[in-house]
Amino acid sequence: MTASVAFQNLTLGYDRHPAVHHLDTEISEGSLTAIVGPNGAGKSTLLKGMMGSLSPLEGTIDFSGFEREEIAYLPQQSEIDRSFPISVLDLVSMGLWREIGAFGRLGRARRTQVSDAIAAVGLTGFEKRPIGSLSGGQMQRALFARLLLQDAKLVLLDEPFTAIDAKTMRDLVEIIENWHSEGRTVLAVLHDYELVGSHFPQTLMLARELVAHGPTNTVLTAENRFRARQMCEACNSTPHICGKSAA
Amino acid sequence: MIYDFLVAPFADFGFMRRALLGCIAVALGATPVGVFLMLRRMSLTGDAMAHAILPGAAIGYLVSGLSLGAMTIGGLIAGMIVALGSGFVARFTALREDASLAAFYLISLALGVLIVSTRGGNVDLMHVLFGTVLALDDSALILLCSFASISLITLAIFFRPLVLECADPQFLRSVSKLSAITHFTFLTLVVMNLVAGFHALGTLMAVGIMILPAAAARFWAQGIGGLIAAAAAVAILSSFIGLLLSFHYSLPSGPAIILVAGGGYVLSLIFGPVGGIVAQNLPRQHFET
Repeated sequence: MTASVAFQNLTLGYDRHPAVHHLDTEISEGSLTAIVGPNGAGKSTLLKGMMGSLSPLEGTIDFSGFEREEIAYLPQQSEIDRSFPISVLDLVSMGLWREIGAFGRLGRARRTQVSDAIAAVGLTGFEKRPIGSLSGGQMQRALFARLLLQDAKLVLLDEPFTAIDAKTMRDLVEIIENWHSEGRTVLAVLHDYELVGSHFPQTLMLARELVAHGPTNTVLTAENRFRARQMCEACNSTPHICGKSAA
Repeated sequence: MIYDFLVAPFADFGFMRRALLGCIAVALGATPVGVFLMLRRMSLTGDAMAHAILPGAAIGYLVSGLSLGAMTIGGLIAGMIVALGSGFVARFTALREDASLAAFYLISLALGVLIVSTRGGNVDLMHVLFGTVLALDDSALILLCSFASISLITLAIFFRPLVLECADPQFLRSVSKLSAITHFTFLTLVVMNLVAGFHALGTLMAVGIMILPAAAARFWAQGIGGLIAAAAAVAILSSFIGLLLSFHYSLPSGPAIILVAGGGYVLSLIFGPVGGIVAQNLPRQHFET
């Protein structure tokens, strides 16, 4: 399998404090990977680094074969202004940005695409509603509809199921599995080990440093989970200048 | 009687017709910008920028007297320095945009007051502070109409990125490099409309025609298009009534227009159908689930 994303000696952090420390691994193309680890393990930081909103303190992230625009990202705490008066339809349509850009026309064919995406997440009938009137789960469905339209080769999801009920989660997991079967590479930060075990073939366990990465059943062992917790607690003690560096 | 009160001043006096045209131009240009400022919770930014323009206009006045061109260019330059400077500080340092804007505009305002007072005692300076909507000459009218046109066209071009920059800036950054350009284009529009506004209404009142109609519109419409239309209607109506009051009761026209807009805001606040005080307290039946 070809590598889709390669992390080489990657260190990401804030104000010299590393949140991801000397990470060396590869995400293979078309894989469906869960990123797990305790709070503060650097999972969200890793996604931010991949989106380019945080530059590496050390090391590199290599994307082979696709452009920055072909990555779709659903952040954990979205900066969406829920009081801004746009409709669900407007919000979802923006998923077509790569095709229509700032000035292109939506057109009839694309309108159909938008209603299909809205139907796929079960929000038909909500098109005209302002986004401020949606519940948390409905909002997440709308954001998934937008992701559907983005047609990205690499999809990054940061805790997509926080504060989401079981039914919504099942529907959205189905969408993720569809992406996987279409050959897209999907990375999702998750906390629910049961969900990871049953739906995500690959798992990357982080505790600032890499704990394990591979088939989910070999990674999600009690031993690894214990080690991850210990590593994270150790990280919170007084920091020293790190001497571990690439040659 | 009604004709005498409402129509005759404009039919009989050229300066009233010019004043009305100037105000409509300013209203059309400024209100959409005001709506976006309000939606982005940046209403007070408009106020800060209006103060920031003062030293530029004052320097323009020092250099070439009461010249439309010099004061316009001076105001634009001062406004842009403050907008870009504070935007730059906010994007590349730890200081947030509100604090950096406050710092820049206070420096600018102090400089403006210093310049104005060293050359003070001149009646012409009243022009800078309170505008001369009743003495707009041809070149001033052309300037106001051009600025309004440029502003509306730019807004039409940048509408989609601007809406997205307001609603979901993170998403815009993830799909496009237009985020920074959109933000600075928008700030440029704010400055441009305030400079146009100060010729008609003065630096202190210019921001009123931008923000008050937008705030009033919030009680009449929900969508962005509706908000802009309602705001423009409030601004134009306020200009019309304000000019009439100013004519019949010899009031200064700038403050009269802004006070009428303020009255429009208070009425909207009470009687507006979208979340106004009366509407919120009327017993209403809700839908079945």
